[in-house]
Amino acid sequence: MAASEGLSALNVDETQSRSWLDHMHDWVTTVDHKKLGILYIGSGLLFFVLGGLEASLMRAQLAVPANDLIDPKEFNRLFTMHGTTMVFLVGMPIVTGFGNYLIPLLIGARDMAFPRLNAWGFWMFFFGGLVLYLSYFASMGLYGAGTAPDVGWFAYSPLTGRAFSRGNATDYWILGILLSGFGSMSGAINMVTTSITMRCPGMTMRRLPLFVWMMLVVSFLMLLALPVLTAAQVMLLFDRFLGAHFFDTQAGGDAVLWQHFFWFFGHPEVYILIIPGFAYASEIIPVFSRKVIFGYVTMVAASISIGLVALGVWAHHMFTVGMGRGLNIWFALITMVVGIPTGIKIFNWIATMYGGKIRFKVPMLFSIAFIGQFLIAGLTGIMLSGAPFDWQLSDSYFVVAHFHYVLIGGLLFTVFGACYFWFPKMFGWMMSEVIGRWHFVLFFIGFHLTFTTMHIQGLLGMPRRIYTYEPDRGWAIWNAITSAGVALQGLGILCFFLAIFMAFKQKKPAGPDPWDAWTLEWTTSSPPPEYNFLTLPVVRSRRPLWDEKHPEDPDWKHE
Amino acid sequence: MSEAVIQPMEGSRWNRGRVGMACLIFGESMFFSIFVVAYLFYVGKSDHGPQPAQVLEFPYLATACLLSSSITAGYAVRSLGRFEYLRSILSLALTILLGASFIAFTGIEWYGLIYEHGLTLGTNLFGTTFYSLVGFHAAHVIIGLLMLSLIWVLLLLKHVKAEHAERFELVTWYWHFVDAVWIVVFTVVYIIGV
Ligand code: HEM
Ligand SMILES: [Cu+2]
Repeated sequence: MAASEGLSALNVDETQSRSWLDHMHDWVTTVDHKKLGILYIGSGLLFFVLGGLEASLMRAQLAVPANDLIDPKEFNRLFTMHGTTMVFLVGMPIVTGFGNYLIPLLIGARDMAFPRLNAWGFWMFFFGGLVLYLSYFASMGLYGAGTAPDVGWFAYSPLTGRAFSRGNATDYWILGILLSGFGSMSGAINMVTTSITMRCPGMTMRRLPLFVWMMLVVSFLMLLALPVLTAAQVMLLFDRFLGAHFFDTQAGGDAVLWQHFFWFFGHPEVYILIIPGFAYASEIIPVFSRKVIFGYVTMVAASISIGLVALGVWAHHMFTVGMGRGLNIWFALITMVVGIPTGIKIFNWIATMYGGKIRFKVPMLFSIAFIGQFLIAGLTGIMLSGAPFDWQLSDSYFVVAHFHYVLIGGLLFTVFGACYFWFPKMFGWMMSEVIGRWHFVLFFIGFHLTFTTMHIQGLLGMPRRIYTYEPDRGWAIWNAITSAGVALQGLGILCFFLAIFMAFKQKKPAGPDPWDAWTLEWTTSSPPPEYNFLTLPVVRSRRPLWDEKHPEDPDWKHE
Repeated sequence: MSEAVIQPMEGSRWNRGRVGMACLIFGESMFFSIFVVAYLFYVGKSDHGPQPAQVLEFPYLATACLLSSSITAGYAVRSLGRFEYLRSILSLALTILLGASFIAFTGIEWYGLIYEHGLTLGTNLFGTTFYSLVGFHAAHVIIGLLMLSLIWVLLLLKHVKAEHAERFELVTWYWHFVDAVWIVVFTVVYIIGV
């Protein structure tokens, strides 16, 4: 007791005598997993605004046929920067950020396993992102004005060779992503080590929150996939600077090899981005359904098998390359197999809600929308896994619709849900339900206007990455709707930032456990003290906080 | 809840350091795998310039040096754990010497390839894949050597003591890994590839 009073007295003293500069110094030098988590998520949101602006510009250009708002070269840069930003500088840091913030709290630890490595990883990521954006100012170097990379987010060879990508724009793409990849690698090492070695007494693997299990799978995929991209990028650098021939077709090199390397990274990467969405939903849905998660063990098994199967499907991105019958059949079949564990998960979430006393709070709204949207995304994915179907629709807007359904309808929706759910824990203030609902409704409608219609453009034959189209193609009306949806999504995002702003302004206290939840992060104050838990918790079931609240009927009697 | 317990898993077989190092090694092996795949993919596809069978000779001495250095490294760790400082210092010195001779042999090999056979990174696909795979391996050996030398100096200065044997062991994990990569590399480059 005396110790805790001493500690809090110390904290009060500190906060009173601190200047703005001290706070900045704190954030820059911090090795605290909570601060780093917030830094990751915050800078992810910053890049999200940039990526969103790029998308809006592209949609403005495509809103009407034969438009000349943006010239073709600029358009190429926009979709390259948009895709690269959203995958590497928005998805990755937000995923790592929530992992960083929550894993120690969920397993009853005081910090990550390697706090300094953690800080190093964040700054590598952040400066990697800045290097990418520096290309706008610096990449033409001595040639004059700067430009951004324009080779697409998957940077296919031979377009990236010296002959076709002059200047240094492509090098900025390589180096920026390479650096941020080091950051994610160290994040993954940290997450695995923390979840395996730092669990509090009683937190066995069978009691591990699903969030942690799924982040373990994600970290495994990161460790496996990111070095592959790094290696391929190093080869590309050798080609571009040292005259090597890895992807140089004129010296016998093979451009398709890049595609194999890239997608061997790229497909696990898309699962690195969606499994965290599963993780957030798996924590949010039980709490707002007032039931335990349905099928904990199958959830874990499904996550692991998704992680494993995801390693064998990469070439479904390459059906149109002409791989031959045998490979086409293999990759089509194995891709369809991913649908099974994915379906199990959807079933489990629905079964969790079934018969529950559902509370339709904002985090839950986003999670419910996620289930439906992710289901559709999975179904279009299965459609595309049929090679002949894919030959028709590859590189069309249908594919664009598919992956935006996963990445926005799946990941981003759950990220918003997670923000509303854990914001009170992170800052101690509640976010407004009313503004949150506006955010949800606007974003939901906008999302469907934009991306549901995109399927139709795709089926009508509109290729992706074109900067404009003729009026007589029959695409105009759909493109107009698509672009209109962007405006609604933008308004939704504004509501999100407004909700954050108002939360800090209104300062409605959240208390340690605003949602009446069950996992360890809600046992400590909001925001948690630097040391997380004054005494390390001891766990006897999957819902330690339930046990504490209901000593008459604790979970451990039933598990 | 109950009384504080220090990090529960600390001191068990899979403590922080070991898991962290294992993860790093896993990631690194993925990195090398891609260079190995590229090497195998391009074997025999160079249409001009020197071919592997014409210019490569099996590096018996270098291989013997590197493989035996793993044994001396392990011995150094074990001696340190048993407070046998002198043995530890000597066998670590031997490890560093063996590793450095490996690098020297590689240097001699590369000198011959470049000046006698005119093979560089840009000559043909063989040069491209050979220098990048073997070069990345050699770079890892050098990193390992730097770490081991640092430990050696600290050992001499008595800053590294028996209680640090565990951490020293982690560095040797890295060294063993670099060794294992070499087994793959020489199998691929000097046996399958020629
Ligand atoms: C049931 C699961 C899924 C299946 C069967 C599936 C199948 C496919 C197929 C066959 C393609 C290639 C289409 C083409 O380029 O012609 C594709 C593209 C894509 N998918 Fe999926 N997918 C699934 C889930 C996901 C998930 C979970 C994500 C991400 C979180 C995702 C993200 C992407 C992306 C980003 C692309 C396009 C990459 C590009 O060309 O730029 N997919 N998917
Ligand atoms: Cu894929």
